[in-house]
Amino acid sequence: MPIHDQGYRRYGGERAPLGRAWQVIARAGIRSIVSKRAFIALMLFAWAPFLVRAVQMYASANFQQAAFLAPKGETFRQFLDQQGVFVFFVTIWVGAGLIANDRRANALHLYLSKPLTSAEYIAGKMAILFLFLVFVTWAPAMGLLLVQAIFAGSFTFIRNNAYLLPAITLFSLAQVLLAATSMLALSSLSRSSRFVGVMYAGLMFFTAALFQALRGITGTSRFAWLSPGDSLEQVGDAIFRLQPRYDLAPSIAAIAVFVIIAGSVVILARRVKGVEIVT
Amino acid sequence: MTAMTGEAFPGPDADVGASCGADSVVQCDDLSVRYGRNWALRDVTTTFRKGAVGLLGPNGAGKSTLIKTLLGFVTPDKGRLRVLGFDVSRSPLEIRSRIGYMPETDSHIPGMNAVSFVAYCGELAGLPPADAMQRAHEVLYYVGLGEARYRNLETYSTGMKQRIKLAQAIVHDPDLLFLDEPTNGMDPKGRDEMLVLIRDLAHNKNVNLILSSHLLPDVEYTCDHVVVVDKGVIAASGPIQALKGTRGRVYELRIKGDQAQFIEVLRREGLDCHDTDEDVIRVFVPTPLDDPAPPLPPAQSGAHGSALGPDSGARQLFQLAARERVQVRHLRPSVPTLEDVFARAVGEA
Repeated sequence: MPIHDQGYRRYGGERAPLGRAWQVIARAGIRSIVSKRAFIALMLFAWAPFLVRAVQMYASANFQQAAFLAPKGETFRQFLDQQGVFVFFVTIWVGAGLIANDRRANALHLYLSKPLTSAEYIAGKMAILFLFLVFVTWAPAMGLLLVQAIFAGSFTFIRNNAYLLPAITLFSLAQVLLAATSMLALSSLSRSSRFVGVMYAGLMFFTAALFQALRGITGTSRFAWLSPGDSLEQVGDAIFRLQPRYDLAPSIAAIAVFVIIAGSVVILARRVKGVEIVT
Repeated sequence: MTAMTGEAFPGPDADVGASCGADSVVQCDDLSVRYGRNWALRDVTTTFRKGAVGLLGPNGAGKSTLIKTLLGFVTPDKGRLRVLGFDVSRSPLEIRSRIGYMPETDSHIPGMNAVSFVAYCGELAGLPPADAMQRAHEVLYYVGLGEARYRNLETYSTGMKQRIKLAQAIVHDPDLLFLDEPTNGMDPKGRDEMLVLIRDLAHNKNVNLILSSHLLPDVEYTCDHVVVVDKGVIAASGPIQALKGTRGRVYELRIKGDQAQFIEVLRREGLDCHDTDEDVIRVFVPTPLDDPAPPLPPAQSGAHGSALGPDSGARQLFQLAARERVQVRHLRPSVPTLEDVFARAVGEA
């Protein structure tokens, strides 16, 4: 009987301690995504607003005529608002297939037959999306703070606006967590990454449209909690010490964001299993 | 390669010795699993010995549920399970680091070629990246995919997908291998090669394995022991040779007349029998306790019926045929097969 090679050997080498498999999943996922040139182009494009703002900062620091371009605390809030567009596209590009593709290929029970828990699997998948989203939100915003200090030649701005460091971190974290958990939850519900992408976009646009419709009908913006994006905006205003844009208590908006994140985690915990039992 | 680190893999539970014998790899105690209102497994108490054990049963008998419970995918409603000395409910990760699982369904990780996939599975199982890659190449050659290892998995045929599933299950050198219907969808040549691989793993590479299959010849070729599950309970278990060698004789019988009716008559007389695809009835006639003649060894009781003289089993069958006015066209002693064991165990017609 032709067996091509009988050279199977027992393995006596090292094995990693338990609990590190999520890093393997994250590494493989990141490698797979950065191997796509179109995605690299998207990531570079996502840094275009950073370049524009950096030029503004350079001009305001070096030319009196451009002093009106000098950054304020609000500048960073606006910058992160702008990056919301890239958060949306990166979330769909990276996140839609993260679990859906595994479900399509019946890979979940392969993963979960290895020494890793479903929490580790989710953490590994989440880390992939988290990293890229941080790369288009927190990283350029912090980069801008640094650029400002370099062009101004002092840390005076940062000292006077010390709240910006935690504000940028907190708001970026809220942006990233909301996008990553909700996308992963949707991805765990389907076997088609395209359908997941459409679902995510539909959810974002539909809830925003619903809020705007209610706003038009009732004349008040207290229904902003219906839209995850608008809830996040309201939370962002509070974090950056700005006048809230909607007639909604920031705490309610924060609760809405938290509920979406927690709900997504619950969905993930229920959907990521080694076997689906239909009773 | 250096020696395996001790801290990463704590030893089995202290009380293992008492409940999981040194020659067993899996111990089920009073195990029950329920899906909704249906019991998939009911009060199952059995032991899977070291070596190659076949898990047999008709469709829906509970084989896959048992494997999924052993893997920790399904939480039992009742009972205790030990795999390699570890309690499944308390140490699932330690168990999974030492087992390999080849699922029944077509499974892969999308967007990878074979060598990346197998190395990735090795890394997930705890192997360092360099070792995982080296072993990925080795096991891919071992399972016969050496030449196709850089092809994307989505382009693989069904047989190749079965092999790649085996490769990912053995890349980290498990102590125990769960194989769920490993020859499903394979052509005869590929099936034979897969069975040779499985047999080689069990008998030459000292990998313990549990082979779940409804294909009796596969189990008979690769395994030494068998556990037969039917309707969620253990119908039979033990070494295949011992089960086949139950005191009695197997006859192949062909008649002229109503075969189904005659089978009913045989069963009413307390004889185990089942028909085959070739209009042949296989009848197991137990040797009476006062019959001094010992059961014939397989070498003598094979297809060479001419070596046998008349015996009480044959006489009994002829008498029954005469009584029922059925003409016997063919009667010869046969070798007991796993099919007979299976048929007796599950009472399958």
